[in-house]
Amino acid sequence: MIQIQGLSKRYRAAESDAVHNLNLNIQEGEIFGLLGPNGAGKTTLISMLCSLIEPSAGSLKIQDMDFKRNELALKKIIGIVPQEIALYPSLTAHENLMYFGGIYGIPDSELKQSIAEHLELLGLSAFAHRKISQFSGGMKRRINLAASILHRPQVLFLDEPTVGVDVQSKKAIIDHLLAMNKAGTTIVYTSHHLNEAEHFCTRVAIMDQGQIIIEGKPKELIAASGEVNDLEALFIALTGTGLRDHA
Amino acid sequence: MHKLLTSIHKEFKLIIRDPGALVILFVMPLVLVIIVTMVQDDTYQSMGNHSFPIILVDHDKGSIAQKVEESLNGSGTFKLTKMDSEEEAKEKVFKGDYQMAIVLPEDMSSGLQKRIDENVASLMSEMGWEADSLKTVPVSAEKKEIKIYFDPVTQAMFKDAVRTRIQTMISGLETEYTYTAFQDTLSDDPNKELFDRSEFIGFKEIAARDELKAAVPNSVQHNVPAWTLFAIFFIMVPLSINMVKEKNQGTFVRLRTLPVSYATVLGGKTVIYLIVSILQFIMMLLIGIYLFPKMGLPKLDMGSGIFLLLIVEICAALAAIGLGLFLGTVSDSPEQSAPFGATLVVILAALGGVWVPVFAMPSFMQKLAVLSPMNWGLEAFHSLFLRGGRLMDIVPFCALLLLLFVLSSAGAIIYYKRNYAK
Repeated sequence: MIQIQGLSKRYRAAESDAVHNLNLNIQEGEIFGLLGPNGAGKTTLISMLCSLIEPSAGSLKIQDMDFKRNELALKKIIGIVPQEIALYPSLTAHENLMYFGGIYGIPDSELKQSIAEHLELLGLSAFAHRKISQFSGGMKRRINLAASILHRPQVLFLDEPTVGVDVQSKKAIIDHLLAMNKAGTTIVYTSHHLNEAEHFCTRVAIMDQGQIIIEGKPKELIAASGEVNDLEALFIALTGTGLRDHA
Repeated sequence: MHKLLTSIHKEFKLIIRDPGALVILFVMPLVLVIIVTMVQDDTYQSMGNHSFPIILVDHDKGSIAQKVEESLNGSGTFKLTKMDSEEEAKEKVFKGDYQMAIVLPEDMSSGLQKRIDENVASLMSEMGWEADSLKTVPVSAEKKEIKIYFDPVTQAMFKDAVRTRIQTMISGLETEYTYTAFQDTLSDDPNKELFDRSEFIGFKEIAARDELKAAVPNSVQHNVPAWTLFAIFFIMVPLSINMVKEKNQGTFVRLRTLPVSYATVLGGKTVIYLIVSILQFIMMLLIGIYLFPKMGLPKLDMGSGIFLLLIVEICAALAAIGLGLFLGTVSDSPEQSAPFGATLVVILAALGGVWVPVFAMPSFMQKLAVLSPMNWGLEAFHSLFLRGGRLMDIVPFCALLLLLFVLSSAGAIIYYKRNYAK
């Protein structure tokens, strides 16, 4: 589904690569977790996968297509849930979803039905006609997700979709993503919630300093280490306890 | 097309939910055009409707002083106060209590009379008249000087106007005295008029215009197009802020991942802001036609008609929108786009002749003026509002405005592709 070969990214004026010579294959139907401390290169990698930034070297393909040659076709089959809330605060939830769905070219009647379904599943039907500016953080996160999946993408990229939300909102988001995955959507997501990733992902890669240091199924990685009982302990063992503050 | 319509619908919703933008777009331009037109109305009608407070210090006490006083009082332009002390008058003017003080020197009337008598006597002598037949004796007359003190804030144009008026008055008196001196010398009968003293050359002021089509030049005909154009270009400020807000809200990141071209995104904004601009323009016209007459101002004359006016409006609005799109694309924060946009509009207005007519600018600035898109719009509007222009008269200006729209929009798209679409 996704093939990444020798992928590197160096930002202007940076002394080293944010992502360095990275190779990765993600299979259709997987829920793939990109984990790592701050500055590990997760967001840079996912941004390249979404065409938000251009790689400095290497190649990436989704369904055997790349962004240089098939930008429009690729954008139609992928969905992106950005880390920031990417919604218009002065528009209602319904208006936001009508706009983003409309840009995907979904006919109005089909779009309205899709919006109603997603709002129902995310527990937001009662708030459809309220402005986003009146929503809580958790509600905004759920609408942020809905705006990215109205077109039923084949691949969904999520950059920390559950950051800063309450337990109930987190559960609603994860349940919805699991349902989508069951329906055939491949999911690639980044998170700092290692417990969540351990249970949610079918496979994970732990990144540090722009490279993948380990990848595999969470349970197999934990068992292979022989010394730890969960993903968080494995993560600490691999990346250390030093703070990763970076400008 | 569906994507463009979706974008237009979204932009419409965004704009009607932003009260600040609505005020900037609709209320402020109307307030601006009303206030500026009212302020400048008298300037266009000449200074005749105002009485400027001035002081007359009369050290002469003669016939000239009397004539000057009568003339100043009779002009209706000045409200005259007489004082004896030059120092006191000077102080009052310096404080700004009076616009100016005119100080007439001692013996000005008698001095002028002596000088004229001397000149007449000299001339008659040269012509062979016997000295004893002359009724005047040549006497050397000392030169006199009228002092005029001006308030430091008085503008040069006003000073020149006043100085010219007084000079004209004195010249008239000199001529009058000269005729009288000749009359007294050449004739024994004081009631017999030897000369026709009426003015031979008069003035008639006529605006060069097509009487059938052109409107009468007045404050409304000048200010409505000028300040409407200012408002049209000011649209770039809320437009660029709208775009920068989109970046800061994160929606710009989402837009970059959607299957939609940046040109379509900009197209949605262009259509909505163009509609806003047309509505602005129609409101300005309605105010000029219906509100101004109720406020004692002249009624706006539509000149060459609404169709041609709308063509110019649309071209000017597109040029302004193009600049706004470019500014919104290259700016990262409202702190960058808002002051820059507002200052740019003011500079383009100043250069374009919105405040000071281009012909009144220094020659170097006149050359620069033709670079301002507001100058292109203003020339086109003046052609329609004041000169009864036709379609062909506005085509060159409209072409320049449309070219600016194309170039600035293309610049925005190229900048986006180079800096964001990777």
